[in-house]
Amino acid sequence: MGGPTADAMPAGTKSVTAAVALNDVTITFRMGKGVTYTAVSDATLSVADGEFVAIVGPTGCGKSTLLNVAAGLLAPSSGSAEIFGSPLSDLNRQAGYLFQADSLFPWKTALQNVAIGLETAGTPAGPARQRAQEWLQRVGLAGFAGRYPHMLSGGQRKRVGLAQVLIRDPKILLMDEPFGPLDAQTRQIMGNLLLDLWSADRKAVLFVTHDLEEAIALSDRVVIMSAGPAARIIGDWRVPLARPRDISDVKLDKAFHDLHREIWNVLKDEVLKGYAQTGGG
Amino acid sequence: MNRATLVGFQVLVMLVTLAAWHLLTAIPMADGKPLVPPFFFSTPGDVFARIWKWFYEGTIWRHLWITLTESALAFVIGSVGGVLVGFWFARQPLIAAIFDPYVKMMNALPRIVLAPIFTLWFGLGIWSKVALGVTLVFFIVFFNVYQGVREVSPTVLANARMLGMNERQLMRHVYWPSALSWMFSSLHTSVGFAVVGAVVGEYLGSAAGLGYLILQAEGTFDIAGVFAGMFVLAAFVIVIDALVTLVEKRLLVWRPDAADTRT
Repeated sequence: MGGPTADAMPAGTKSVTAAVALNDVTITFRMGKGVTYTAVSDATLSVADGEFVAIVGPTGCGKSTLLNVAAGLLAPSSGSAEIFGSPLSDLNRQAGYLFQADSLFPWKTALQNVAIGLETAGTPAGPARQRAQEWLQRVGLAGFAGRYPHMLSGGQRKRVGLAQVLIRDPKILLMDEPFGPLDAQTRQIMGNLLLDLWSADRKAVLFVTHDLEEAIALSDRVVIMSAGPAARIIGDWRVPLARPRDISDVKLDKAFHDLHREIWNVLKDEVLKGYAQTGGG
Repeated sequence: MNRATLVGFQVLVMLVTLAAWHLLTAIPMADGKPLVPPFFFSTPGDVFARIWKWFYEGTIWRHLWITLTESALAFVIGSVGGVLVGFWFARQPLIAAIFDPYVKMMNALPRIVLAPIFTLWFGLGIWSKVALGVTLVFFIVFFNVYQGVREVSPTVLANARMLGMNERQLMRHVYWPSALSWMFSSLHTSVGFAVVGAVVGEYLGSAAGLGYLILQAEGTFDIAGVFAGMFVLAAFVIVIDALVTLVEKRLLVWRPDAADTRT
């Protein structure tokens, strides 16, 4: 078992103070002409305050859909979402969301992009810019404040995105394959940066990825989803790795490999099923 | 090819064209007449003498000013209208759906048939030309703004909402910049159409302007005057287009260049 916090919060327990609690969430899309598509079926999941949970599943299994429910961007067809004990009916105001696709405002500079989250909350422009500059420094982009998103590399844009979300100091961090489009080295660097920033004030994190290694290396708990349609949660593992971690070091750990093998045995079949359904896409 | 060579070739094309024109219209052949009658095609010498005369005597400035004023007014009024209505329609899908067939109908109408009506309504002064230009500019700007507001990336929009933006802030930080960027990307087209509206309007009935100048020359079979008018008009459009490019570069610094293939 990892740190002392790990034992205090056994896997899968729904504590009253869970930062995010999804209860029997089913999401069905109407495709028109009476055809429906159930993306996620009866998903129950809770993330304790300060806990880093990764959701792993094959392509197209509805991981992102589940995350959108937690963000309040999507209402579940049945079941409910609770944020710190109160039911979620509108947007999740306690959460910051890091998207998979480019989500920066292309017409704003890096600095303006980071500052905007504070400005919308009523912080005057001056102090907001100053804090934004500090955050740019924290993500290693101090010299790039005046650049527009298209002048930044993919990794740099993700850093700006991270600063944009974290400057608002959300209690919950929702991440949808945020490092998906990046190359392997950049992913590792971004992962370490994320862990670094996260360890400063342990927010609850729900991190969606299709990369099992990334999931184990980053999180406290790994949740596995089956292949869609009607994807379910089929496994929940606690990650017995000590923190602070360095992603490249942790991947050499024996406990890492044991857990990876154990989870992969379950995940493998689902991935194959997923490929069969999406035609390998 | 470097820039100097490129410009060299461009100048060469002009020289060859002028030389051929001169050769065909101004050099007498064996029978004592040029190959092409200068009455129909004028000669480069006559045309440039005419342009020189216009600028030397200063008569051209008034016409240029009138055409410029008409184009500018048409552009400003058409753009403001296009932005407002485009924004309104994009944010009110019901309104857009109701007006959709009429917008299509108006846009399908060849605007030139409106010119006589505008002359009747607004007289022979500049306003009938402005009105014609507005009908051209309005639709270009309208469609672009409409598209710009509706095609805001869903991810950017979701991000804006997650960052706590209310409806007013979404307007200011997301929809407005997106719509403006689409409008600016059509700046060349809309400015061009503003000029077309002005000149065509003048051509169909007016007392001043470049279109009027050309029309007058045609009326007296003054081919040198027609060509001179066309050259001045072309130069006028090129200058305006260059100004638009300057403005565009200034306003759209955040936009990736076409050559930039990053997504």
